[in-house]
Amino acid sequence: MEQLLSILIGILVASAVYLMLARNLLRFLFGLILLSNAANLTIFVAGRLTPGAPPLVPDGLDAPAGVVANALPQALVLTAIVIGFGLFAFALILAFRAYQSLGTLNTDEMRVAEPKEPHS
Amino acid sequence: MSWYLTLPLAIPFLTAIIAYLLRANPVGAWVSIIGSGLGLLASIALMVVVLDAGVVAGQMGNWPAPFGITLVADLLSAVMVLITAITGFAVAIYALGDITERQAKLGYHALFQLLLAGVTGAFLTGDLFNLYVWFEVMLIASFGLLILNGGKEQIDGGVKYVALNLISTILFLTGIGLLYGMTGTLNFADLALKVEGVENQGLLTVVAMMFMVAFGVKAAVFPLFFWLPAAYHTPSFSVSAVFAGLLTKVGVYALIRTFTLVFDHDIGFTHTVLLWVACLTMVIGVLGAAAQSDFRKILSFHIISQIGYMVLGLALMTPLALVGAVFYLVHHIIVKANLFLIAGIAKRLTGGTEVYQIGGLYKSAPLLAILFLIPAFSLAGFPPLSGFWAKYIIVKATLDIEMWFVAFIALAVGLMTIYSMTKIWAEAFWKNHPDGIQPELKNLDHKWAQLIPVAGLAALTVFIGLNPEPFVQFAERTTAQLLDPTAYITTVLGEVR
Repeated sequence: MEQLLSILIGILVASAVYLMLARNLLRFLFGLILLSNAANLTIFVAGRLTPGAPPLVPDGLDAPAGVVANALPQALVLTAIVIGFGLFAFALILAFRAYQSLGTLNTDEMRVAEPKEPHS
Repeated sequence: MSWYLTLPLAIPFLTAIIAYLLRANPVGAWVSIIGSGLGLLASIALMVVVLDAGVVAGQMGNWPAPFGITLVADLLSAVMVLITAITGFAVAIYALGDITERQAKLGYHALFQLLLAGVTGAFLTGDLFNLYVWFEVMLIASFGLLILNGGKEQIDGGVKYVALNLISTILFLTGIGLLYGMTGTLNFADLALKVEGVENQGLLTVVAMMFMVAFGVKAAVFPLFFWLPAAYHTPSFSVSAVFAGLLTKVGVYALIRTFTLVFDHDIGFTHTVLLWVACLTMVIGVLGAAAQSDFRKILSFHIISQIGYMVLGLALMTPLALVGAVFYLVHHIIVKANLFLIAGIAKRLTGGTEVYQIGGLYKSAPLLAILFLIPAFSLAGFPPLSGFWAKYIIVKATLDIEMWFVAFIALAVGLMTIYSMTKIWAEAFWKNHPDGIQPELKNLDHKWAQLIPVAGLAALTVFIGLNPEPFVQFAERTTAQLLDPTAYITTVLGEVR
């Protein structure tokens, strides 16, 4: 299972890098969200996979009996997903505003803040 | 509950909420000032406690470390929190004369306080994942501040700033995941103990490099700095001052924290990389500045160049070099924020930031000229200002271990810094204004609100410069804590197991 997920992470990162190398800002953002999902999966796998053993504490005990799934990476991933979602929503709106006010999504043409010729 | 650890965080958050509710009211700016003032008092209280105790830690929600979220302040954290509060207070006052009604209505003051909260949180946390969360608080607030004006320039700079910072964030997150997989913990103190037991030390170095790149983007070191000069000259002057003072320094702080406490297993490799990065950052930054002609762009490239000195202090990893790095951090935040605030006043007086198109400030506004000279000379490292001691300690540290070439670079970059500062001085201050404008301070709206913070920060620079002894002693105590983290670890975890 770990190997399978590792390969999946590799594919996600490869596609993300491919998309992010494009000059189109929207493609870049799609690459970014793939990359952030790859990061989330990495945390998940790094916490070791224990299928079929939910981390539940039985009645009358203080700790779960036997080997159970690690709950911490799931909490970390959940936090990361929420934060990543917020940031991505912002980035998407920013890309839209950039298209509206700059008239392009091509990052090579975005030179307003850094013009090629210094205005002297 | 250790109130002195939570107050510096709680105050800016509460202020942000109140300031947001009062955003359409002129009182909002004063809420921000009072909140920053209270935050300053709280961080002074924290400093007093830490000076006495050495290291203080608090477990949030009373979960024992390393399971819960730990807030911990050693001397480095405490001084960074204090200097953040000082800068925040100065910029909050300055905002009275800088932030328009429209920007205030869009929530400038709330975002500003959130940024301060994020920065303070990053300095106080004792947990790697929590550090990620504070980075995000800081990032999202800075995104908002950066594009608040909504003009073409801001959007354009914002796209690059957002894109590169998000990549660094994801890299940071991946590093956290891998480190957790190897050690099973994310608490700094616990990590410091557990990394030694990791079987595959080579893999640990790989993860260390991921953190170096992630924090390197935040700190704007070569070759990862390109977002900084693309964005820092576009927003309001208050915003760029607080960005210039604080944001990159959070990256440097994170580098210092992780590469002294956690990743000290292979100094020969990691710190040699840092050494090269530091030298290149210094040189490229100062050369970039020489090519610019916009007041804020010159200053932006100087941030990069100065970051090089701090990273150099960390890279050498000798006690004296770390003293220099800590001293440099504190000095640089004050000086750099101040220079950006002065750029704002100069813009309002002369109508521009392009130094060839403005001028005449020395003749008609001599007070501003003096206030510029203090931080500018301090940045270049003239005695008896704070920058002289900062540079002196770093250069002395390189000479002590006979790294002549590095010492040469550090000194040469100092000379180049003087060149850029004299360019600003000659063009913006000394020569007459090409349009014949006589910029006078008395025509400035909210004159004192803008001049007092600038004068206060300049006075602090002079004070540190004339009276460096206690500050150097403080930096030496800080360095001793960094190099021997036993106190840090025992305070967080209780007794060492």
